[in-house]
Amino acid sequence: MTGRFFIGLNLRNTIGKLVVYALLGAGSIVILMPFAWMISTSLKDLSHIFRFPPEFIPDPVIWDNYPNALTKLPFDLYLANTLIIVAATLIGELGVSAVVAFAFARLRWRGRDALFIVVLATMMLPRQVTLIPDFLIFRFFGMYDTYWPLVVPSWFGNPFYIFLIRQYFMTISRELDEAALLDGCSKFGVFWRITLPLSVPVLAAVAIFSFQYHWNDFFRPLIFLSDTDKATLALGLRFFQGTYGTEWNSLMAASLVVMLPLIIVFFFAQRIFIQGVVFTGYK
Amino acid sequence: MNISVPSGILSRRIGRGFKYNSAETRLAWVMVSPWLVGFLIFTAFPMIASLVLSFTEWDILTPPEFVGLENYHKMFFVDKYAMHSLKITVVFSAVSIPLNIVFGLGIAMLLNTNIRGLSTFRTIYYLPAILSGVAVALMWRWIFSTDFGLINAALNVVGIQGPAWLADRTWVIPSFVVMRLWSVGGGMVIYLAGLQSIPTDLYEAAEIDGANWWKRIRHITLPMLSPTIFFQLIIGVIFSMQIFTEAFIMTNGGPANASLFFILYLYRKAFQDFQMGYASALAWLLFVVILAFTLILFRTAKYWVYYEGETEGT
Repeated sequence: MTGRFFIGLNLRNTIGKLVVYALLGAGSIVILMPFAWMISTSLKDLSHIFRFPPEFIPDPVIWDNYPNALTKLPFDLYLANTLIIVAATLIGELGVSAVVAFAFARLRWRGRDALFIVVLATMMLPRQVTLIPDFLIFRFFGMYDTYWPLVVPSWFGNPFYIFLIRQYFMTISRELDEAALLDGCSKFGVFWRITLPLSVPVLAAVAIFSFQYHWNDFFRPLIFLSDTDKATLALGLRFFQGTYGTEWNSLMAASLVVMLPLIIVFFFAQRIFIQGVVFTGYK
Repeated sequence: MNISVPSGILSRRIGRGFKYNSAETRLAWVMVSPWLVGFLIFTAFPMIASLVLSFTEWDILTPPEFVGLENYHKMFFVDKYAMHSLKITVVFSAVSIPLNIVFGLGIAMLLNTNIRGLSTFRTIYYLPAILSGVAVALMWRWIFSTDFGLINAALNVVGIQGPAWLADRTWVIPSFVVMRLWSVGGGMVIYLAGLQSIPTDLYEAAEIDGANWWKRIRHITLPMLSPTIFFQLIIGVIFSMQIFTEAFIMTNGGPANASLFFILYLYRKAFQDFQMGYASALAWLLFVVILAFTLILFRTAKYWVYYEGETEGT
């Protein structure tokens, strides 16, 4: 790429470059250090954890910490529970948000702009204002301690994703739509056959965001679930902390395992991830 | 509208003489109906309901009792924890948000040079932003451990005896600030994209006019990025004021309530003490505070946020 500018200055001199590399390198170490520390702790023997100054390279390396950590509590059950919730919310948020976004991006109807401002406003709304009635509604319908409160709201779309997908739809040329309409395709046909297939990048980004959010989510499972057999991984980690709070090697092993799927998804789908983020924050 | 909604967000207005197609209108309402129904059930109704509840005393088991403004009187004048938790949440946000913006911008500017390995650095810096929740909170709890933690071990190397961090009333909020700063990469990628979209001829022209690097930042980079910074500031306020999981896992409000963030307090009132009326009043207080900050920021926008007219955008 030509003309990449540092605040308007192309770095030609070596000293300037070295300074930039040094700063970025130091920052990278700061960012990565917590992970290294976590991995190191997760492989240590319990007696080696409580030493000062700490040893960075575990000796001996206890690989068994991982199977031990993951069997002390039924993490396989928590994983299955989490996957059910993540899958059900993802399908709802993605599908419904795309449908709603199309009406805002491509159809002409009275009230569209006014309703879109409502979408933008709800994006800004702190969820806690609605939390208590939200809790009481689900409780009233006997859905406390079920997955319904975690899943149902996502089946009505998510304002943030509606906004994101709608912005993407707006960038797709209308000429294709018009050609398809002339050929006798319905408006919904345009959505299904033309707009959606052209929007794979944004749909992938939304899928990843949704996965990430619900995988990490702690607050809603915490208030809506009480039966430990229904717990998600996030809740499971908390039980683990409560029961084995000082076994930092097991705690770090379990935490790393819970982080791992997100890290893997991130490495494979980095581009989509970053483009999606940029699209939300910048457009 | 130009101030409150960045240009390009709303579509071109439909002209006056336009005839709406009834089939298209019908399809549109069908397509938005899920969101509309969801909005009514999960946003509009709960907002009104929580406002109504905020004037009652309700423990869920017995019927709610109307108490007028008592909950509001209580949180402002009687219950010392309500104002305390609001205060520390505001202080935390006031420190954390600007630091995240400054560091995010700084790293983005460093990355926006003609260096090699841009995408590797970007990956590293962005990685923490995808992780959040309990696992991250547990990790930081261990990092901040007084006697065996990473930070105090590092400080020890340079001969400093570190504080007790999460167990120290003075250091607990700074600890949370440090933790949030770790995920600075989330904003950074957005600034980086913004920087890359600034036309380079602006800088070339400035250079010809003899502008030094600071003048170029001050008069080109910052104005061109101001809408992005503004957006991050608004999101930052909403996000930071709602900090919960980290506090719940790392300190549970301690020591001596020094990290009793607002939502943590609200959670206790609602779901441990079952004071649904009082908790609703607290929720409304937080909502009004966030709204007030957001509106103040919007008010200031005309002095520093620069929109590039209608030349670009969708």
